Amino acid sequence: MQKVVEASGISKKFGETQALKNISFEVNEGEIFGFIGPDGAGKTTLFRIITTLLLPDEGEMKVLGLNSKTGFKELRKNIGYMPGRFSLYQDLSVEENLNFYATVFGTTVNENYDLISDIYSHIEPFKKRLAGKLSGGMKQKLALSCALIHKPGLLVLDEPTTGVDAVSRSEFWDMLKKLKQYNITIILSTPYMDEAMRCDRVALIQGGQILSIDKPQKIKEGFSKKLFRAKASEKYGLINALRQYPETVTAYPFGDSVHVTFINDKFDNSIFMHLKKMGIDDAIITETEASIEDRFLELMKKA
Amino acid sequence: MRTRLYLIRKEFIKIFRNKFIGRAIFGVPIIQMLILVPAVTFEIKNINLCIIDKDMSSESRELISQLEGSTFFKIKYFTFSETEANDLLHSNKCNLILQIPSDFGKDIVTGRPGRLLVSANAINAATAQLSWAYLNGVIRDYNMNILVKNVGTQASASIPQIQITNRYWYNEMLNYKYYMLPGILGILVTAIGFLLAGLNLVREKEIGTIEQINVTPIRKYHFIIAKMVPFLLIGLVDLALGLVLGKLAFNIPFEGSIALLFLCSAIFMVAVLGLALFISTFSSSQQQFMFVAFFFMIIFILMSGVFTPLESMPLWAQKIDVINPLAYLMRINRMVMLKGSTIHDIARDIYSLIVIAIVFTTFAVSRYRKTA
Repeated sequence: MQKVVEASGISKKFGETQALKNISFEVNEGEIFGFIGPDGAGKTTLFRIITTLLLPDEGEMKVLGLNSKTGFKELRKNIGYMPGRFSLYQDLSVEENLNFYATVFGTTVNENYDLISDIYSHIEPFKKRLAGKLSGGMKQKLALSCALIHKPGLLVLDEPTTGVDAVSRSEFWDMLKKLKQYNITIILSTPYMDEAMRCDRVALIQGGQILSIDKPQKIKEGFSKKLFRAKASEKYGLINALRQYPETVTAYPFGDSVHVTFINDKFDNSIFMHLKKMGIDDAIITETEASIEDRFLELMKKA
Repeated sequence: MRTRLYLIRKEFIKIFRNKFIGRAIFGVPIIQMLILVPAVTFEIKNINLCIIDKDMSSESRELISQLEGSTFFKIKYFTFSETEANDLLHSNKCNLILQIPSDFGKDIVTGRPGRLLVSANAINAATAQLSWAYLNGVIRDYNMNILVKNVGTQASASIPQIQITNRYWYNEMLNYKYYMLPGILGILVTAIGFLLAGLNLVREKEIGTIEQINVTPIRKYHFIIAKMVPFLLIGLVDLALGLVLGKLAFNIPFEGSIALLFLCSAIFMVAVLGLALFISTFSSSQQQFMFVAFFFMIIFILMSGVFTPLESMPLWAQKIDVINPLAYLMRINRMVMLKGSTIHDIARDIYSLIVIAIVFTTFAVSRYRKTA
């Protein structure tokens, strides 16, 4: 399989802040590759290096077989980039934006219409509307259309679904899946763990370092302990009580419950007695499957 | 080529899509000209004069009546108290105090030189100097009269003296409107180019659109050209508007070639646009750009010779003006419009403008980075 991105030993510093530390990874052709990490993890910096907007201090970034430093001219013809912030011209209409980007890439809307038709058809009824006046979901579809209009080999999407409603997010993912048939490789970042599961492979990134790269399922399975789910009417009290229990390794809130791990991967009645002493008498503890988020939190603790 | 045209078209669409800017671009210059050209003038009329006549002789009265006859002076106050006169000067009620000492008449009759004391409010140095010059003129005339009276008409003719007759070339009536209008035209064109183009680029940075543009294969100089051309054209349209208005409203003479004027203004615009875009390449916010742009604008305008003659500036300042495009344009505008200079007469200025334009634009293109 062809490698679309080959990053080896990428480091980048902004003043005193080390944004990226010796990052290496590879992205295969036709993959949807997700970067998952908290704000400030270095995702945007990494994406800006991939898209030739930023030069790394150290290391080599090869994209589509070209060095991002020396081959940037060729590369820019073949990359579609959707920055995290909506970056189209708000005072141009939907149609004008699309035409503009088509022209800038030396192509026309008609030439690659089949590629974007699925996406663009949603917003075509509003093609005379100014881009700035579109709703969040429509803006994102327009941005994707503009990033795709020149049929790039690599599509880089920086948090494409942040601030978009759940329905639009789901639609958006369906569109991305469809793009696979055109053999377009997609790199994206997301703060949503449910979206991580829809990627072919994900990289967990934190503090400028990659903690783990694998298929989402594999990452989940990498969780090293048995995970338990505890529930009680008073969640905050429950967390505190669990953390004071000597057998507890970790206890952190997860949705409406608390995820706990124990030293010996099991618990006995003594925990309920402990909880009762702490004033919690309605606790229920069951075993549960670790999610990618649990694995991420575990990796973060280790790192 | 298609890309370039499309880029330029995009800029035009964006400019005129903003209804306010679209109108202001043409409205502002018209209003500015209608206000500035008649308002900004160095002619001083109605200088308020306070007279302390301690002499009360026929000689002093004659001097006063001559002052009254002058169009420049208005004798507002008569007093015998110096304190009162000084108070008037301090409270800005009069601009000039003329003090005639008590021996004035006697001195003149006995042939000793008469003495006068003049105090001027020099808060505004230009007004003080001019009103002093006017007053001097009146006193000189009065001197002539004394001479004639004492020595006799016949005798005065035999005293050798030089008679000066003036003629003001290129602006016979010393009409300040003719002097100001070409200058104001230059300033208008500067404002359009400098501020609008520069802000346009910084705005792309602020909104983030430049991020998306930088990933495209657009060439740097295409991008800069696309930012320049629309404002260049708008500037020239504004210039045409200004000229038509100058003709209709102020009947400004136009001696030289209109095409030459436009050519020079176009070169000038490239220089100014180049500098504006250069500044905006290292400005990260519109505020920052405005601050730096304002610094340059003020220096360019006040050192351009539009209000004060360049020759009266200190030598070091004149040297700085070598890189001030507005100083060249100001000279060119006046030479072409009032004097009818041809391209050969102003070749040096044109060459200088071309060099400045090339340098600034090169700066802008090379400083604009698509990769950080």
